[in-house]
Amino acid sequence: MDARWSSPDIPPALVALVDRLRRGEAAALARCLSLVEQGGAHADAIGRLIGAASGRAIVVGFTGPPGAGKSTLIDAFVGHVRAGGRTVAVAAVDPSSPISGGSVLGDRIRMQRHTEDPGVFIRSIASRGHVGGLTETIHRVLDLMGASGRDLIVLETVGAGQSEVEIAEAADVCVVVNAPGLGDEVQALKAGILEIADILVVNKADLPSARRTADQLRAMLTLRADARDTPVIETIATSGAGVAALAAAVEARAELPAEQKRARRLRRVRRLIAQAAGRAIRDRILGLDDPRSDAALEAALEGRCGVAEAAERVLRLLAYPAPPAPAGAPSPVTGRPDAPPGERSPPPSCPSVIPPYGK
Amino acid sequence: MTTAPRLDPPARVLVTKIGLDGHDRGSRIVAAFLRDAGMDVIYTPPWQSIAAVVKLATEEDVDAIGVSSLATDHLIVPQLVAALREAGLAHVGVVVGGIVPADEQPALVAAGVGAIFGPGASRDAIVAGVAALAADARAARDAELREQTP
Repeated sequence: MDARWSSPDIPPALVALVDRLRRGEAAALARCLSLVEQGGAHADAIGRLIGAASGRAIVVGFTGPPGAGKSTLIDAFVGHVRAGGRTVAVAAVDPSSPISGGSVLGDRIRMQRHTEDPGVFIRSIASRGHVGGLTETIHRVLDLMGASGRDLIVLETVGAGQSEVEIAEAADVCVVVNAPGLGDEVQALKAGILEIADILVVNKADLPSARRTADQLRAMLTLRADARDTPVIETIATSGAGVAALAAAVEARAELPAEQKRARRLRRVRRLIAQAAGRAIRDRILGLDDPRSDAALEAALEGRCGVAEAAERVLRLLAYPAPPAPAGAPSPVTGRPDAPPGERSPPPSCPSVIPPYGK
Repeated sequence: MTTAPRLDPPARVLVTKIGLDGHDRGSRIVAAFLRDAGMDVIYTPPWQSIAAVVKLATEEDVDAIGVSSLATDHLIVPQLVAALREAGLAHVGVVVGGIVPADEQPALVAAGVGAIFGPGASRDAIVAGVAALAADARAARDAELREQTP
């Protein structure tokens, strides 16, 4: 287990590093991002040091299928933002190999316009097996980028299929980038990333079928029950056509009422807590040394109950840990001191009817 | 395959080309080697400036940089190493791969290049060399935080 520091115990070098981050120093931001990725005590300490100062910047998310032109469009979009004098941080997520765990993070290849502009900070992030288009640490990444004083944060997902909708929670404005010729009307009807779009883009608008793709998307939007006013914008990222219109649409969407912003942040915090709680519970179950949990394990192993039910029981054990072992006689069954009479030890076998999943 | 120690999170390695040479087949192959060895590879197109590489290495917080050179660009690698030091990135390992004449290698090593791989270098040798430099860099970085600087 990691050591947990109370604030006065945080290493001075780490405090100094976070101070440098707050002053906007790129090297300090980069270093903190690595530490957050590493997890553990340093990551927690950074989270505490950053505290409530994070998250003033607008987060603009870009998602869409591989090859739609997300990175190239971001390059052009960032250029437009920079021309207005505002600073930008980009978090670009690429997939990790499920085989080797390695990755080639190539989003930067399309972002060559900003290679020497200190007003643009680009960080490539490997998805590390996380499903959903982003990474486990992405919310912390965004917090750090915000705390470093960047005016605008751009978040690029891995090339997304139809269900990578996490970005809707992470971003203030969600841009879904499509390319012509990737599907027919039925694709536009399907559930998934199109539904979470605040702005729909048809990139590569110089291709002959672009107009038709845009029309199909607009038609799909008219059928939606919630009838949000979602603009469909045609762009040519390589020439910059349509980028100003996109930036204007992002600007319009970014003006969220304070109430909505707060609701989004609350959802984000809830997710962070759920993640942290999940990790903590996992660690505790893996390290659990309690004969009563063995009974649940064996029941699951022998098929007397489902894994979900065994999990429920183990969770109950975590909530009500065994009291200090009494000096009494060892249990005749396990040979170890028995739990005191009462509710806690699980019954010898599970009911044969397993409650429905998710109950 | 190699038995080089793996870092967690994986080693972050920049594979790039500085100068005017555009032969990028080699850098692509090496990028794939390192990916398959479990590293996170940040890959750039050729023709990067030294300033761009330093900015990139800073933002990506890389552990090592592999510079591919097939047409004398290795001669500006000492400038790159110096620029990295100036930017506070002295811990980052620098590897040169490609064509480096034997009589020009000592100058690179003296400048701080950690390893040089020529034609015929094996996948395992390249992976092990980069992994070792990356592990050193990571260890140096972690040590910085333990220093009780005021």
